[in-house]
Amino acid sequence: MDRLIDLLPELWDATLETLYVVTLALIFGGLLGLLLGLALYATRAGSLFPHRALFGTLNVIVNFFRPIPFVILMAAVQPLARSVGVPGIGPEFAVFAITLASMFAISRIVEQNLLTVRPGVIEAARAAGASRSRILFGLIPREALGPLILGYTFIVVALVDMTAIAGAVAAGGLGEFAIVYGFKQFNPAVTWAAVLVIIVIVQAVQFLGNALARRVLRR
Amino acid sequence: MTLIRLTAVTKSFPPASATSAPVTAVDDVSLEVAAGSICGIIGYSGAGKSTVLRLINALETPTSGSVEIDGRDITRLRERELRALRSDIGMIFQQFNLFDSRTVAGNVAYPLEIARRPRAEITARVAEMLAFVGLSDKAKNYPEQLSGGQKQRVGIARALATNPRILLADEATSALDPDTTGEVLALLKRVNSELGVTILVITHEMDVIRTLADRVVVMEDGRIIEQGEVFDVLSGARHAATRRFVASIIEDVPAGPQLTTLRDRHPGRIVTFTVRDGDVTQADVFASLSAHGVRFELIHGGINDIRGRVFGHLTLALTGEPDAVQRAIDAATQIAPLIEEDSRG
Repeated sequence: MDRLIDLLPELWDATLETLYVVTLALIFGGLLGLLLGLALYATRAGSLFPHRALFGTLNVIVNFFRPIPFVILMAAVQPLARSVGVPGIGPEFAVFAITLASMFAISRIVEQNLLTVRPGVIEAARAAGASRSRILFGLIPREALGPLILGYTFIVVALVDMTAIAGAVAAGGLGEFAIVYGFKQFNPAVTWAAVLVIIVIVQAVQFLGNALARRVLRR
Repeated sequence: MTLIRLTAVTKSFPPASATSAPVTAVDDVSLEVAAGSICGIIGYSGAGKSTVLRLINALETPTSGSVEIDGRDITRLRERELRALRSDIGMIFQQFNLFDSRTVAGNVAYPLEIARRPRAEITARVAEMLAFVGLSDKAKNYPEQLSGGQKQRVGIARALATNPRILLADEATSALDPDTTGEVLALLKRVNSELGVTILVITHEMDVIRTLADRVVVMEDGRIIEQGEVFDVLSGARHAATRRFVASIIEDVPAGPQLTTLRDRHPGRIVTFTVRDGDVTQADVFASLSAHGVRFELIHGGINDIRGRVFGHLTLALTGEPDAVQRAIDAATQIAPLIEEDSRG
């Protein structure tokens, strides 16, 4: 316990690092995932811009990357990161790897939530003279905003998880803190401190997401 | 003046699988809708009426044939021109299809925003339309806070926001209860009479046609099987499907189990005659029967008002001396053709 008190500054730094990586990964992965999700949604058969070949290609790419366990993906994309000028270790690499991993998961979540918009609503907009692109970028994300917020909330929890794993490649954060000071030094109290902080982060994110979604959905 | 003209329009959809045949939803359909009129298309599910409606605002394009709006063939227009055309054609739906993320006012404003109208004009027009449909006090509400009838009134306000000349109604009252249906139909009548909007309604409810339409088109399996003035089609239905629709609102000549029940309940001979506008007056028929000393009882049928004209079937049970009854039937037949049911039904 004394050891934990000694480590409080490190715990604080680790928490900030985790939040830093999660935030950046959410911004990049969230945006790329949103675009990819919109593309998947728009190109599927019967949608606004049906395109069998493009949809098929995107679908295969997403299905290829999504099931790769993050710890393996991280190792696998290290050469790619270096080739685009991102260092192969540290927080920057963690952001790179998590962005890549999360965008595919996010694209599926986005696609699924956009599909909840009733076709009749799209037809009404078309009948009112709206262009397909205006419907795709303007109306549909707005109509699906409630479920989208809940979907992103869900993914943030996964991002926190991935950030912890990235601790294994010196990305800093709570994962590294727990491994270095807790696990490797046989100090479960330290490990559990990291767990507690992660729980607090996850709860806060979930609370915020729920509140936002409630506001948007008016219930 | 003809505002909408479909000429030999066919619409086929690609087959669902490689082995099945393509589906012909609309098969060689020709019809005209006069400016300022209300035209009803009636048919069962899958008759192709929804597709016909979507051909008119080019949400579907015909496989062959032409669709003209105000003399212009819209099948040749490009996407950009089609968007302008759709701005001039309003549409309402069975499930209302309101935007849940927008308030009532926001829904009505949507077509105006699409048409890039100035903000001040949009505000004024939204207020005007909400007043027209009687929902000024709901402007800031969201769709989920409204009843079905109110939602459809918002749908109507949204469809008419850009001041279109044509309103397409896709089963607009099918999801509503009878009272609310009446309200919405009355509102559509006002849209036609006060705003001069030409309305095309599709429905599977004959009552909607009787209440609202001037002309009716009956569709079955993608084809038009009958069309004409509502009174003429209802009172002179030729096709079996049309007769089934008519029978849903007008008591038909009794047959089958219904006739058996009547026969069990009433002694004597059962005859039916048709009252059609001015052709036959009931008084003459009743006077003729009375003159032959025959007692009669009205056991089935009724008189209906179809757009201000009278139509119906009246079924009577005649009792008295068999010879007198026969003479009475012969005499009455001179005035109105009496249909007598076979005693076995």
